[in-house]
Amino acid sequence: MMLSSHGLASRFAGYRLAVAAAVILALALAALLSEAWAANTAWDDIRQELYGTEREILPGEGVIALEAPYRALDAATVPITVTAQIPQTAARYIEKLTLVVEDNPAPIVGTFHLSPANGVASISTRVRVNAYTNIRAIAETSDGRLYMAVAPVKASGGCSAPASGDQELALARMGKMRLKQIGAWRPNELAEAQFMVSHPNYSGFQQDQVSQLWIPAHYVTRIELSLGGREILRFDGDISISENPTFRFFVKPSGADVLHARVVDSEDKVFEQSWPIEVEPSS
Amino acid sequence: MAHPALHLCPHGVQHLRSRGHARARLTRRALLRAGGRAALAATAAAVLLPLAAELAPAAAALPFQEIADGIFLRQGLQEEVGAGNCGAIANIGFIVGAASVAVIDTGSTRQEGLALRAAVEAATSRPVSHVIATHVHFDHCFGHSAFSDLPVRFVGHRSLPRALAERVDFYSKLLTDLCPQDFAGTVVVPPNQTVEDVMEIDLGDRPLRLQAWPTAHTNTDLTVLDRRTGTLWAGDLLFDRRLPTLDGSLLGWLSVLDRLLTEEVARVVPGHGAVSDGRVAVAAERRYLERLRDDVRTALAEDLGMQATLDRLADQELDGWLVVENVHGRNVVNAYTELEWE
Repeated sequence: MMLSSHGLASRFAGYRLAVAAAVILALALAALLSEAWAANTAWDDIRQELYGTEREILPGEGVIALEAPYRALDAATVPITVTAQIPQTAARYIEKLTLVVEDNPAPIVGTFHLSPANGVASISTRVRVNAYTNIRAIAETSDGRLYMAVAPVKASGGCSAPASGDQELALARMGKMRLKQIGAWRPNELAEAQFMVSHPNYSGFQQDQVSQLWIPAHYVTRIELSLGGREILRFDGDISISENPTFRFFVKPSGADVLHARVVDSEDKVFEQSWPIEVEPSS
Repeated sequence: MAHPALHLCPHGVQHLRSRGHARARLTRRALLRAGGRAALAATAAAVLLPLAAELAPAAAALPFQEIADGIFLRQGLQEEVGAGNCGAIANIGFIVGAASVAVIDTGSTRQEGLALRAAVEAATSRPVSHVIATHVHFDHCFGHSAFSDLPVRFVGHRSLPRALAERVDFYSKLLTDLCPQDFAGTVVVPPNQTVEDVMEIDLGDRPLRLQAWPTAHTNTDLTVLDRRTGTLWAGDLLFDRRLPTLDGSLLGWLSVLDRLLTEEVARVVPGHGAVSDGRVAVAAERRYLERLRDDVRTALAEDLGMQATLDRLADQELDGWLVVENVHGRNVVNAYTELEWE
C-alpha cells in the first residue's frame, strides 16, 4: 500500500515534470523564434531599402571584419572599426562601406565612399546605440559584390543615454575641425589619419508633454575629404553617427600636399578647412 | 523584442529571477542601517518571512533619518540599478522650514516619490512648496510625479527641460523594462521654475540658496545650500565611495570642485553615499577625476584610438570605490571625447 501509493505519487510527479519541461521548452522556443523573426524583419526592411531583394550578400570573411564592443559602455558613443582584409588595388577595391545599427530609429548610419587612393579601406568611427542590436558593415567591391560582417552589441543601461552632453558647447563649437596625421607619413606608403568635426548631430525630438520643446534634427549629411584636389573619402550620413563625427582612415599620399575637408549638414550649412600635409622622405 | 529587459540591463535580470530574494535582502540592509538590536531581531524576521518583504515596495522600505535640524535624508543603495532596487540608489530627502517644505530629489519612480511624500507627511504637517531636481539623471528626478497634484514649484537647472526631453524616452523604456510595477504611473515632470545662476528661496525662517553650475557631472547640476545649518545638498557633484559617473565635462567638474566647499559649508549631502563635512570625499573624487584626466591625456598624446584607450584603461584597479563595473569604462569614453578637443 505504502509502496504503490509512493509509486503513484512519483509517477504523477514525473508526469507533471514532463509537462512542465515541455511547456518551458515550448515557451523558450517561441521566445527564440519571435526574437529571430523580429530581428530578421528589421534587417529585411533595411536590406531591401539599401540593396533591393535581388542582390546576394556574401559573408564578410576574407573581405571585411567588424569590431564592436560586446557591451556599449556609453550609448551615445560606441566605437566601431571595420577592417578591410583585401588591399585597395585598381583591379578590385572596396568602393562603398555602409554601416547599419539595426534597431536604431534611423538604422542606416551612413556610407563611406572609398577608392584605391586609400590603400586599405579600413575605417574606425563611433555610433549611437539605442538598444540591444546588431551592428552590420556591408562592403560593396568595385566588381559589384556585397560582403557583410555582423556584430551584436548590448546597451549598458545606467544613466548613459544617446543624448548630447553639453548642447551649449556643441553649438558654440559647431563646424570646428581637426586633422591628425597618425605616425609618420611617407610618399606612396600607407598612412593613417583621423578627421574630426565638431557638430551636435542632434537626432532631434518632437514636441512632447514633458518639455513642450521642439528640437529639429540637425546632423551632418556629408563629409568630403580630398588630398591634392583628389577625393579620398566621402561620407553620406544620418543621425546614428555620434556627436562630433570622427573617422580614422587610411590614405597613400603621393607627397607633401593639402588636405581639404568640406562638411555639409542637414540645414545646408557648409564648413570647410584645409591642412598642409607633412610627408617624410621615403623609407 | 521579446525580452528587452534581458538586453538592456543584464544585472537586472538576475534580480528579476530572484525578485523576492533581492527584496528580502534589500529590507535586511535597510533595517541594518536603522541600527540597534531591534533591527537585528527584525533582520531575522525578514529572513524567516521573505513573503512579508515581498509585499513591501522596495523603495518604501528604506528609512529616512533626520541628519540635521529639520533635514531628512534617505540614503540610496550603493549598488547598480536593477530590478531588485528599482533605481532607489540616490540620496533623496527634504528640508522643513517654518512655513513649508522643500523636497530635494525624488528617486527613480513614482513609487519612490510616494514613499518620500509619506515620509514628509509623517515628519510635518507643513505643505511642500518646492520639489528640486539636482540634475537630469533618472535616479534623482523621476519620482517627481508623486507631487504633481500639489501646487508646488518644480525647480531645476536652466538646461534641465531640454536634457529631460532628450532622455525621457530612453530612460522610461529602461525603467519600464526593469521595474514595470514600480514605474507604472511614473510621469516625468519638467521644472516650472528654472535657475539661471543663483536663486534664493525661503521656507519660512529657512533660506536656501540654489546654485546652477556650469557643465560638470552633467549639464544640469544644481546644489542647495541650507544657510541655517551650513548643509550643502551637492547632488552628484559629490559621490561618496560610489565611483563618480561622468556625463558632462571632466575639466568642468574639476573646476567646480574648486568652488564647491565654501567656508559656509559645514556639512555635505552627496548624491550617493554618506553625509560628512565633505573634505575627504571631495579629495577622493578629485584624485579619481585627475587620474582619469591624466591617463586619457597620455593615451591621446600617444595617438591611441578610443577602443585602444579603453583596452588600456577600462579594467584599471580602482581600490576603495564601489559599483565600478562599466562605470569606469564609460567615464573613459566621456573623458576621451572631451579631451580629444583640447
